[in-house]
Amino acid sequence: MDDVPLLTTDQMASFVARGYLRLDRVVPQEINAQAMEELPGLFRAWVDEFRGVTFGAGDEPDAASEARLPRSGTVLHDAYAPESAFGRMVRVPTIAGAIASLVGTDPVVDHHFVHTKTAGDLHAQGLHCDAIIDEGPAFDIQLFWFPHDVAPREGGTRFVPGSHLRRVNMDDVARYHHLAGEQYFSGDAGTVVIFHQGLWHAGAPNHGSRDRVMGKLRLNPTRPQVRLWDTSDLAPRNRSDDHMFARMEPGMVAATLRNSEPWYEPSVHRLETVNRSKLWRYLTADDGFDVDWYLTRTERRAALVTP
Amino acid sequence: MMWLASPSLDSRVLGWSFFDGTAGAGPQLTADPPYASGVAALVDGWRMLQMSPLIPPTPGHERDTSFLKHEFVFERIVDLADDATSDPRFVARVETLGH
Repeated sequence: MDDVPLLTTDQMASFVARGYLRLDRVVPQEINAQAMEELPGLFRAWVDEFRGVTFGAGDEPDAASEARLPRSGTVLHDAYAPESAFGRMVRVPTIAGAIASLVGTDPVVDHHFVHTKTAGDLHAQGLHCDAIIDEGPAFDIQLFWFPHDVAPREGGTRFVPGSHLRRVNMDDVARYHHLAGEQYFSGDAGTVVIFHQGLWHAGAPNHGSRDRVMGKLRLNPTRPQVRLWDTSDLAPRNRSDDHMFARMEPGMVAATLRNSEPWYEPSVHRLETVNRSKLWRYLTADDGFDVDWYLTRTERRAALVTP
Repeated sequence: MMWLASPSLDSRVLGWSFFDGTAGAGPQLTADPPYASGVAALVDGWRMLQMSPLIPPTPGHERDTSFLKHEFVFERIVDLADDATSDPRFVARVETLGH
């Protein structure tokens, strides 16, 4: 995987702070067109599988459905035929590089799912995060692939930047209908947005005149996610004593990790900064890293106390 | 419902939801957010029903973050004209709510 462009330190720090990474127009149009042909079939394959197993109404899965619906735990490289839409998408160098940077070169497929929001479907799904309360700091990623143009109000996924480290379970956050700074995806065909598994999101109303199709792929890491990106500029930018009430240097990772979101309570923003620092410690294998001295001062005080 | 930046009712609105007991026949909220603070909602005639209690952090989880902390619930009673509730569109909306 030496030939794929790895993420930069800035991109990784932004992912840690905001819980997502947006890659615009990275999938070639030919692959997007193939996805528009194949993805609805992938959804039907899942429906058949679900109905067959749940209600006993289907046949045993055949080789074709095995190929279309990889079993959880299949190494990504082996999960999809190289000429299939998903197989081609994950081999796009920019996508492969982002995957390698976040979960390594040998992640396994958790599952994929095809989400279709039909034209005129005005139902607003409740805000949720996928799966349950997943313990950190290791994390999965989810690729949201939009193979066609999505105009504003045409069913682009709603998501809440900076929500990924809040400990909530599934749709226990559905009560929040409007949060300052939330986004509704819109963009060009071939855009992939990579979510941290904990990011709050929801299917949005489609006021447009065409169905909105999105392919989602969840990947589990199989190795520590430590320094997998292009770390060539990390060392000089990784000061652990960057402190907004003392000395700050330009270009530090800390500057990205202390950014707030419009929906954050000021007091919780400080805790978010701490939790981002802990995640950055995991990603860099640097237990001394800190932002604004929150962890350092308490850890040093704790070390003074004899158990 | 509104979620504010602090436990103080005059602090900034971070998020809001509107649950419409008139099924669309009553006055609607259009601004985003509908009010700049909780106090602004009081001034406009809303009654506050509930606010989040201030609960000390759970030992061992002091730095966990989760739900928005400062939740305020407001209510406003409105009178609906007879012709509003007999409007077929109103009846249809109520039907979709499982009334």
